[in-house]
Amino acid sequence: MSAGPYVLRVNGNDHEVPDAHLGESLLWVLRERLGLPGSKNACEEGECGSCSVQVDGELVCSCLVLAAAGVGREVTTIEGLAPDGELADVQRAFVEAGAVQCGFCTPGLIMAVDTLLDDLPDDGSDPDDLIVREAISGNLCRCTGYGRILEAVSIAADLRRENRT
Amino acid sequence: MTIARTLDDACVALAEHPDALLLAGGTDLMVGVNRGQVGFDHVVVIDRVDELRGWRREGDELVLGAGLTYAEMGRGELPVLLPALAQAARTVGSPQIRNAGTLGGNLATSSPAGDTLPVLVALDATVVLRSSHGTRKLALDRFVTGVKQNALEPEELIEAVRVPVLDGPQEFLKVGTRNAMVISVASLALVVDRAGRSVRVGLGSVAPVPVRAVEAEAFVDGAIDWDTGSAPEAAVDRFAGLVAEAARPIDDQRGTATYRSHAIGVLARRALRRAFPGGAP
Amino acid sequence: MTDVRTEEPRTVQGAPRIGESAPRPDGIPKVNGSFAFSSDLWHDRMLWGGTLRSPHPSARIRSIDIGPAVAVTGIHAVLTSADVPGSPTYGLEHADQPVLASDVVRYEGEPVAIVAADHPDAVRLALDAIVVDYEVTMPLVDPGVAESSDPIHPDGNLIRRIHLRHGDQEVVGDVVVEGTYEVGMQDQAFLGPESGLAVPAEDGGVELFIATQWLHADRDQVAACLGLEPGLVRLTLAGVGGAFGAREDLSLHAHLCLLALHTRRPVKMVYSREESFHGHVHRHPARMWYRHHADRAGNLVRVEARLLLDGGAYASSSGAVIANATCFAAGPYRVPSADIEGVVVRTNNPPCGAMRGFGAVQVCIGHEAQMDRLAAALGMDPVELRLRNVLAPGDRLSTGQVITGTAPVAEVLRSCADHPSAASLPGDPMSLPGGAGRTADPAHVRRGEAIALGFKNLMFSEGFDDSSSAICRLEGGVATVTCACAEVGQGFVTLAQQITREVLGVDEVVLAPAATATMGSAGSTSASRQSWMSGGAVQAACEEVRVRLLARVADDRGVDPDELVLVEGRVVSLSGDFEADLASVTAEAIEAEVEFRHAPTSPLDENGQGDAHVSFAFSAHRAIVDVDRDLGLVKVVELTTSQDVGRLLNPLQAIGQIEGGAAQGVGLAVMEEVLVLDGRIRNASFTDYLVPTALDMPPVEIAALIEQPEPGAPFGAKGIGEPPCISSTAAVVAAIRAATDLDLTHVPVRPTDIALAGA
Repeated sequence: MSAGPYVLRVNGNDHEVPDAHLGESLLWVLRERLGLPGSKNACEEGECGSCSVQVDGELVCSCLVLAAAGVGREVTTIEGLAPDGELADVQRAFVEAGAVQCGFCTPGLIMAVDTLLDDLPDDGSDPDDLIVREAISGNLCRCTGYGRILEAVSIAADLRRENRT
Repeated sequence: MTIARTLDDACVALAEHPDALLLAGGTDLMVGVNRGQVGFDHVVVIDRVDELRGWRREGDELVLGAGLTYAEMGRGELPVLLPALAQAARTVGSPQIRNAGTLGGNLATSSPAGDTLPVLVALDATVVLRSSHGTRKLALDRFVTGVKQNALEPEELIEAVRVPVLDGPQEFLKVGTRNAMVISVASLALVVDRAGRSVRVGLGSVAPVPVRAVEAEAFVDGAIDWDTGSAPEAAVDRFAGLVAEAARPIDDQRGTATYRSHAIGVLARRALRRAFPGGAP
Repeated sequence: MTDVRTEEPRTVQGAPRIGESAPRPDGIPKVNGSFAFSSDLWHDRMLWGGTLRSPHPSARIRSIDIGPAVAVTGIHAVLTSADVPGSPTYGLEHADQPVLASDVVRYEGEPVAIVAADHPDAVRLALDAIVVDYEVTMPLVDPGVAESSDPIHPDGNLIRRIHLRHGDQEVVGDVVVEGTYEVGMQDQAFLGPESGLAVPAEDGGVELFIATQWLHADRDQVAACLGLEPGLVRLTLAGVGGAFGAREDLSLHAHLCLLALHTRRPVKMVYSREESFHGHVHRHPARMWYRHHADRAGNLVRVEARLLLDGGAYASSSGAVIANATCFAAGPYRVPSADIEGVVVRTNNPPCGAMRGFGAVQVCIGHEAQMDRLAAALGMDPVELRLRNVLAPGDRLSTGQVITGTAPVAEVLRSCADHPSAASLPGDPMSLPGGAGRTADPAHVRRGEAIALGFKNLMFSEGFDDSSSAICRLEGGVATVTCACAEVGQGFVTLAQQITREVLGVDEVVLAPAATATMGSAGSTSASRQSWMSGGAVQAACEEVRVRLLARVADDRGVDPDELVLVEGRVVSLSGDFEADLASVTAEAIEAEVEFRHAPTSPLDENGQGDAHVSFAFSAHRAIVDVDRDLGLVKVVELTTSQDVGRLLNPLQAIGQIEGGAAQGVGLAVMEEVLVLDGRIRNASFTDYLVPTALDMPPVEIAALIEQPEPGAPFGAKGIGEPPCISSTAAVVAAIRAATDLDLTHVPVRPTDIALAGA
């Protein structure tokens, strides 16, 4: 059953989606129709966070968003976090901290951390360990044991603070 | 597909497509869609209907919009007015799920493990249902009729949930085998109505539907010293035993019936003690 | 010729070399979303593939009717076993597993038919439309009766038995402790599900882009099934979303190639998470009986053990897993007498094979529980008892093999035990057992602490003819390294660059894609072997280039090659007569290809004796846990670890391996188990197969990384990937025992084991 054509706004650009099936998730459409495979497909039931994107600024699992219902929303994916050829603060922090191994969970985690840093109070303090852990508790990582990821969050928080001041 | 902007939009679309998929947060529904297990010809999207969003106070009642997300249950004044609901919401899935999933969705799925349901049943919540034919209200225990079954008619949607504002402590406890992002093995909500001198207990994941521990409530109402806010240790024991008796659990991949009965008793004892610390040995 | 670099204090000029925390070359593509994992591949005119799987753990197939599936709109192929042109079966050790089941299915989820269509919806419809008439038979699900049951496979139900006997078989200790232990089936739960893209080639062959651990072993198995020459099956490594052993066997490889060759179209397939649970092998569940004998002073006298592993329906690498379990069953201790029988059998349960730790994980849970029991029986401190018995260089294993390499076991244990704990008492309810569920009352939480020690072999064992090859090409001052080593996240790509820079003094190192068409085998990314094997191959190839380079310059300048050294990217004459930069002397390329081998090993004899292993790595973990005894919920508060690493090649990557391995160990200790009932997996999803989240994983304190260079190992480095998940599980379980005073013989420890103990 067709759902098209419709327009999705992703990373600041409007994308026409022709000939889509109605049941396709945002994750599927991003990956297979819009050429944006950065959001990952690890469980497709909201239990791993690999597909995390921001929809109107809120962190969600794109596998649980019906793509056609995303019309009129602002979607930000890992590909849209920084201009081409540049890295966002969280992305730089992940590389620097050694938070990347196989990398499959990485885009989703970076989206989660980016959202967390946006939501944290800008009082100059380091984010509380439990708050960080809870904020990324929906993102499974099987390689790192989270240690270097927590380190990356700390580095990213510093970078963002510097950027604000 | 219909992207409804108003309740009327949504009701009209549902009247035209009674078998349509009603989509709010998508956190339950899309799992089945992704697996190809949910067949549908039409979708009515209701996450942009303002009338379903947020909550408001009407006298001694709170009207919670069906579109209230789990994340919103933990923000602002709600954790003060409905602490058990906020506590339950924080145990739902992950931050991603809590941003998208809604109260109405939790009700419509009617899973025995739905985390808000024990709270709502303890609060004697009323579910407000809406269709193009009008509005009807159902008590929660009449709304949820079985495992993933409820009284929602094809053309109906959940508009809101009405719960009382109570003066008294509230507790929600949930057992899962992971510290986050876990489906409940057993859960319990306990709310205290000081004015009415009553304790109400809702249980999750220990029966096909969320249940009240009625006998335990009746017993403990009379055993509590309401003036000092204390509960004798023996009464706490008896209460925990009666709560466990109200459970009708099964074995599944998440836990055994024996463990669930045991755990629900432990939760009952702890919840009651937190609400009535006085009288502890 | 001497390498002057090793004689001088290292100065960082340009890119990082050996011993430094070089950043991953694939780091930036992995953080900006551009890294192409196997599930991200896309091709013009690409079709989607799908697999029909048996719903039964045991059944005869009476008939398969593909007619209704062929009629589905958008379908391009529906294939069954009749369409497999070559060998109908494949396997790592024995070709005992059907590409597609023909007459019998032996486990739930066994592939029966495959389809290709133009959209996944059509794939789903076609799979639903295939009619298979099964005659359901009684599954064999109890490994304990497998040997006495009717064979469920022509190869029989016994996959391998090893009866290891070492030393005096009559000796008896003053103190004897006995115990039985059970380990559940663990899933690797890599995040990137099985996926790949097959593209038919004009020469009748096929290109397969695939996430795997071992390209060449895949190629040989796939080619046999396709009935093609291996050269016509060309595999290229696609981005791998984790592996941990689960990608050592074939999954969808042959299926993709069959569909692509049949349709003459590119075909992509991606497993769902549920399918992934059925589509790869798991860690073997184990039943273990142990009897330890010691004298009154606490010296181990004898270890007896009976190990039974459930191999599931097909052999996979079960034979090697049981060899490891048997060889390491007594732990890293001096054991003068041993009688250890290891058996792995075939059942109608899900097939089991490689997973990180490979047989050593299960027995570590057993031998460490036994050491604690022995300490209790002797009234000794558990650390003291272990220190009294730990292996040292020159000691013999229970296989009779003498440890000729490094074995800083005592150092590993002592440094871990002595490390101060940073664990504080729980404050926030979120940090208590049960977390956000707010179930715990601090008054009912008990803390426990314990330590465990483990070890494992590095590289393949028992005389396996193991090698890795690499090509180094130096041109215009830029080195290009080609090696078929599968990068699965472990960081070989980083090491390959570091090694090349170290040897050649270049800054720029290009890594060519890992592919079968351009390179010989690098062997498997498993057994903690790639830093040694492919690292060794890269080092040797670079060394060869360096020798040829110096010879060339010496020839050009008319000097003796011994008069020349390579320093910081320049060829320098010791006499100080001249210097030349690399770019200028490599305008014409220099290339060398080297095949690297480790020292040979021997098979085990009929008594399980022999020099079967190359090298060993040791680790210790101390765990601190908080336990809610009434509900049986556990919060792992802290892990402290020490590890024998030989030499640190990249400290940051080493920490990543150590923390990540520990997380898998924590998972096995408290939550991870594939639940199989009557041959059926009951929790084939991330909803019900739980792996640790950031709120479950404690901080990992690294007490010490013991650097004693291993003779024979490139740069002296030992593989570090596996030890972290060996002793961590045993330590966490022991800490839960300490907190609860319960025996807790099942791993993972389930809430019911604690809460209802004695009920």
